[in-house]
Amino acid sequence: MNQIVNSLQYIKPEISAAIALVVLVIVDLVMGKNKKYLAPVMILGLLVTGYFIIDQFNISSFAFGSGNNKYGLLAIDSFGSFFKLLIIFSSIIIVFFTLASDEIKKANERLGEYYALIWGMIIGMFFMISAADLIVVYISLELVSLSSYVLAGITKDTLRNSEASLKYVIYGGVSSGIMLFGISILYGITGTTNIYEINALLQSQQIQGLIVTLSVILIFAGFGFKISAAPFHFWTPDVYEGAPITITTYLSVASKAAGVALLLRFTKITFIDSVNPDGSWNIISLIDWRSFLIIISILTMTLGNFAALWQNNMKRLLAYSSVAHVGYILLGIIALSNEGMMAVLIYFVIYTIMNLGAFFVVMLIANKIGSEELDDYKGLGKAAPVLTVSLAIFLVSLIGLPPTAGFIAKLYLFLALINAKMIVIAVIALLNTVVSVYYYFRVLKYLFINSSEKEIEPFGLNIPNLIMLLVLVTSTLVLGIYFTPLVNFAKNSITLLGF
Amino acid sequence: MENFPILSLLTFLPIVGMVLILILPKDQGKAIKWLTLAITGIQVILSVVILYFFNFSLGGINDPSSFQFVEKFRWINISGLSWIGTIKIDYFLGIDGISVVLILLTTIVTFIATLTSWNITKSVKGYFALFLLLDTAMLGVFVALDFFLFYVFWELMLLPMYFLIGVWGGPRREYAAIKFFLYTLLGSIFILLVMLGLYFSATETLVDGSKVFTFNLLTFMDPSNYTATGILSPLNPNNLRFIAYIALFIGFAIKIPVFPFHTWLPDAHVEAPTAISVILAGVLLKMGAYGILRISFPIFPEITQQVAWYIGLFGMINIIYGALAAMAQRDFKKMIAYSSVSHMGYVLLGMASLTTAGLTGSVLQMFNHGTITAMLFIIVGIIYDRTHTRDMSAFGGLANQMPVYTGFVMVAFFAAIGLPGLSGFISEALVFIGAFGNEQIRVITAFSLLGILLGASYMLWAFQKVFLGTLKDKWKGLTDLTFREYCMLVPLTIIIIVIGVYPSVILQFMTTSVNAMVKFMANANVIFSSISPF
Repeated sequence: MNQIVNSLQYIKPEISAAIALVVLVIVDLVMGKNKKYLAPVMILGLLVTGYFIIDQFNISSFAFGSGNNKYGLLAIDSFGSFFKLLIIFSSIIIVFFTLASDEIKKANERLGEYYALIWGMIIGMFFMISAADLIVVYISLELVSLSSYVLAGITKDTLRNSEASLKYVIYGGVSSGIMLFGISILYGITGTTNIYEINALLQSQQIQGLIVTLSVILIFAGFGFKISAAPFHFWTPDVYEGAPITITTYLSVASKAAGVALLLRFTKITFIDSVNPDGSWNIISLIDWRSFLIIISILTMTLGNFAALWQNNMKRLLAYSSVAHVGYILLGIIALSNEGMMAVLIYFVIYTIMNLGAFFVVMLIANKIGSEELDDYKGLGKAAPVLTVSLAIFLVSLIGLPPTAGFIAKLYLFLALINAKMIVIAVIALLNTVVSVYYYFRVLKYLFINSSEKEIEPFGLNIPNLIMLLVLVTSTLVLGIYFTPLVNFAKNSITLLGF
Repeated sequence: MENFPILSLLTFLPIVGMVLILILPKDQGKAIKWLTLAITGIQVILSVVILYFFNFSLGGINDPSSFQFVEKFRWINISGLSWIGTIKIDYFLGIDGISVVLILLTTIVTFIATLTSWNITKSVKGYFALFLLLDTAMLGVFVALDFFLFYVFWELMLLPMYFLIGVWGGPRREYAAIKFFLYTLLGSIFILLVMLGLYFSATETLVDGSKVFTFNLLTFMDPSNYTATGILSPLNPNNLRFIAYIALFIGFAIKIPVFPFHTWLPDAHVEAPTAISVILAGVLLKMGAYGILRISFPIFPEITQQVAWYIGLFGMINIIYGALAAMAQRDFKKMIAYSSVSHMGYVLLGMASLTTAGLTGSVLQMFNHGTITAMLFIIVGIIYDRTHTRDMSAFGGLANQMPVYTGFVMVAFFAAIGLPGLSGFISEALVFIGAFGNEQIRVITAFSLLGILLGASYMLWAFQKVFLGTLKDKWKGLTDLTFREYCMLVPLTIIIIVIGVYPSVILQFMTTSVNAMVKFMANANVIFSSISPF
């Protein structure tokens, strides 16, 4: 009991999120049909939660240990706080997106549920990020998934919306089932669900490698689903296309961030022997999960990039692009070094900003022309120069060309890879970047080079949306030129509890 | 002049112009054009100021203390952790005798290209904004002494170029633009890999004695800076320096372009608007050659020595292949494009000689080719504006109809052929003198001489087809040059004739640097090769 009360101080952000959820539901109940107070309440809750995260940034501790067990269910550390902050950041932006979205306005009567479910996802993601126990891993993953299944179908007005939701449920259900099976095998051979204890056991005891490998592959199925890594990515384009675009955006940044954080913590804590002074990691000799991740990473980026070449719908294109980016991010884990981990953190911040930006523009264009098809993008460069030039900047950043932030993200990733002497993989990844140029530039071609058969009325932006857009564009450009603070922040955040 | 950041001013002035243009309303086409002209004009003045204050006795190349107009401060600084050390990137600009020539070329060609762009009517604002962005990127490449900075400018150039070809180009512009982009990006990737490899191979010693990883180009030229285990370190017995050299060469070769990586060039040239062709041939092609001189040669001197013969061979193939391909063209512009391939071959041949005369000729050839080809593309643009065709067999007898124009054409054509008294002769002669001086590549040089003959034949042939013979009836209404066209052609003609008659006017700037380069290459070869890990 004492343990539990003591631990409460470490989960202030989670408690704050839970309280915010309740407050939001009450406000929604009291206000009835009047929905305009929901967004301010949401923002307030996010800011308070963000404050608590910053407050405990430098704390490293276990929470919810049981009796004689020195480890706990949750690991609170600056690595977790980093990802939690990232989630708060993207959630705040998503609230602004929601205010600007015409799609969500049509489902105005469900706005209360919409925000409440986002809180549900946030709480789930927070636990995912801090999870130090396979039970928590599973439960938090399910909490996130269940909330997002509903969110994907929240507007209910189009067929593809319901289709997206249903597909998501089916794929999600299967992969979490597979993951649970993997967890049970791991529990069967080690007798514990705590990843720190599993690590200690794997180091000290004679365990058959094959069975561990099997369980790890099965567990990765669950993670792979969450971060849409190949071959578990098949739901991504359909769900991204069908879901309301605010939710698509949220799935592509926040839920991916939580997934990658979980994957990083799980692999590093469970399967790393020790960290050398130069920052490289020694892998447990029992299983070669690195090769496994290399295959997944290359497969993911190649499939993502090549599939994106044939897409004619902007949401599907960005869906495949986000799949490809997961492939790049996995490279940072493959490097097996603190440096690679730092690169992942840097990549995620930048990826979040540029992906938010790209989806935001797609949403604003869809508000106006009612379509996300590339064919309808013809001639938009003339009609809406500010929007389309911003989109061009985000896409160039997604390719990773200087002087945009995307280049810095890739730079650190490849520095880590080269330092780990994985040159062949770096070459494959860089060639993938060249492939990606083709489809990103196809969008630019439609916007600026092709002219439209029909006359498009020039359209501008309202002031709040313009400010939002400028913030995202400026950060994409500034982080490409001056990135010292970001790298320092990432460098200070790679401390994982236990290493 | 000591502390005035003239290089930054020169490089970033166009960005200021770009911002101003973006603020101006759309319908102010005139104002936008004049603003661009003013900016590029100021740049020409600035580059002349640089020439005025340039110290002929300082060599540069590998010696940090003899670079001029240096600006250096810490740009990115990430304090050390035990496992990563300090990450630092410098904002490091400086020029020596090689870059100063190319800066002059860039500002002149850009100024002339602005005049050439005067008849642009489609989205003027966008065109000139991108044009100025391109300007910054080009100058940045020539002044950067930090690999990271160099790479940023190198890549920055791609994007405006893509749009300038893709939006304002000819009928097959989409294809040409994406082809240009993909080719060059593929090359950049090789350069990026080498850059990352070098980063972990050498450390710079700071004032306080601490060693940090760096992108500083000059650091990599000193063998004592390398770490024992770096993958591109000569101290490491299993180093990958040879592979890195090849990668770097491919990266730069695509830009030059060297056969067989040249296929993007004719497409890009044919589709690009005249002004962009001028920039492309006048400046962009030089970047590849400059990259080899600034990065490949001094950082990998021992490998350069080994592969010099092959570089010469590529030069020879370029010279002869380019000339033969040019001979087969019916399209006026495509012929000029292939002649660029041929002329860039001389640059490679001169480099491969590793002699003072050869390298001088090579750098001078870059400058001369820049001015001559700019003029040739303007000439094609002038006739295309009037007739909307570039098929050479559609013309004939233009000499009587447009005598002044024909006069300028003769200057440009004869300069390209290498007629004594015009600039092309000086650089080609120096290249051949240098290349003959190196016994290793003497045979290659002998074959390359064939290029002069071929060059003369396709140029004269083209001249005959277009300007001699009988004038077709439909061209009877053609008018001679306008004032704007005079403004474009006269300065280039003056440059071509002055350098042809009195080459020292430009050679004096590069002599010390070229000598320093030759000396460094000879010495460093010994030092780099003799380093043994045991």
